[in-house]
Amino acid sequence: MEYLLGLGDDALVAAQRLGEWVTVAPELEEDVALANIALDQLGAARLLLGYAGELEGAGRDEDALAYLRSDREYRNCLLVELPNGDFATTMAKLLLLSAYQLPLYAALSVGADERLAAIAGKARKEVAYHLDHASLWTVRLGDGTEESHRRMQAAVDELWPYTVELFAADPAAPVDPAGLRSAFLANVEPVLETATLDRPADGWGPDGGRAGLHTEHLSYLLAEMQVLHRAHPGARW
Amino acid sequence: MTVPRQGRAGWPLWEVFVRARRGLSHTHVGSLHAPDAELALRNARDLYTRRQEGVSIWVVPAQAITASSPDEKDAFFEPAADKVYRHPTFYPVPDGAAHL
Repeated sequence: MEYLLGLGDDALVAAQRLGEWVTVAPELEEDVALANIALDQLGAARLLLGYAGELEGAGRDEDALAYLRSDREYRNCLLVELPNGDFATTMAKLLLLSAYQLPLYAALSVGADERLAAIAGKARKEVAYHLDHASLWTVRLGDGTEESHRRMQAAVDELWPYTVELFAADPAAPVDPAGLRSAFLANVEPVLETATLDRPADGWGPDGGRAGLHTEHLSYLLAEMQVLHRAHPGARW
Repeated sequence: MTVPRQGRAGWPLWEVFVRARRGLSHTHVGSLHAPDAELALRNARDLYTRRQEGVSIWVVPAQAITASSPDEKDAFFEPAADKVYRHPTFYPVPDGAAHL
């Protein structure tokens, strides 16, 4: 249940952040692309949270889990809750997230839990496209103008420490995150090289997200996401 | 959010062709802006195949297309109007060839 919340909250918070770009993306076409990716993540979040609620057996559905938990009850990694920043930061976040989610979902899709395997199998194809999208932009910005290179490098440098949390060992999990790091690096390092970006050195990284200890940014995000449901419980379009 | 709003900074226009399924030909579905061919293809995927409209996409720089001009419409298309012999209607269909 805690593990599923981690997966689902990563996807849900990432979707909410990406959704913030709708109507303000640099180009109309990119606006649609980011909205598509956000909806992919939201779709995965609904399935994962719905399943988590069933396993819990306390009658909480996907909406109860998404809209009625406080920040301390969220289990997402810190990476996804960080503010969007500029477009380079958003692309760096998407690159790191999808490079982690791809081998994760791939491993889960052949796991023992059939329900989770089906969800992961669907999400894996979507995430492969997210990685492709983020990779293309990382290369274009990194190997672009002097200014775009500067911003892309700054974004990767700023976010790199947050990837440490993604691979913290959890032997009890269906897929131990510690085993995913080499696949993650295999997805990211060639992209950084093609983009003429320096791969940041490994070191200390902030963590706590999986235990509910978040940055202040998550509270603001949740406030905006949850206000309608809390003011009008069960409101529908 | 402090995202600077930018105009379309010279991104070229691309025409998009989608093949709905195997056996059909690619059909023009619209156009879009993108900085290069690779991203044009991705944008086309996001804009024009969201609802399973296709199995294959072509993108073509709009400036690479040479189009007939409306001014030349008469010279181009009018002469074909009275040449009925171009239609295959001047021979008898043999018996037994129902679906010729």
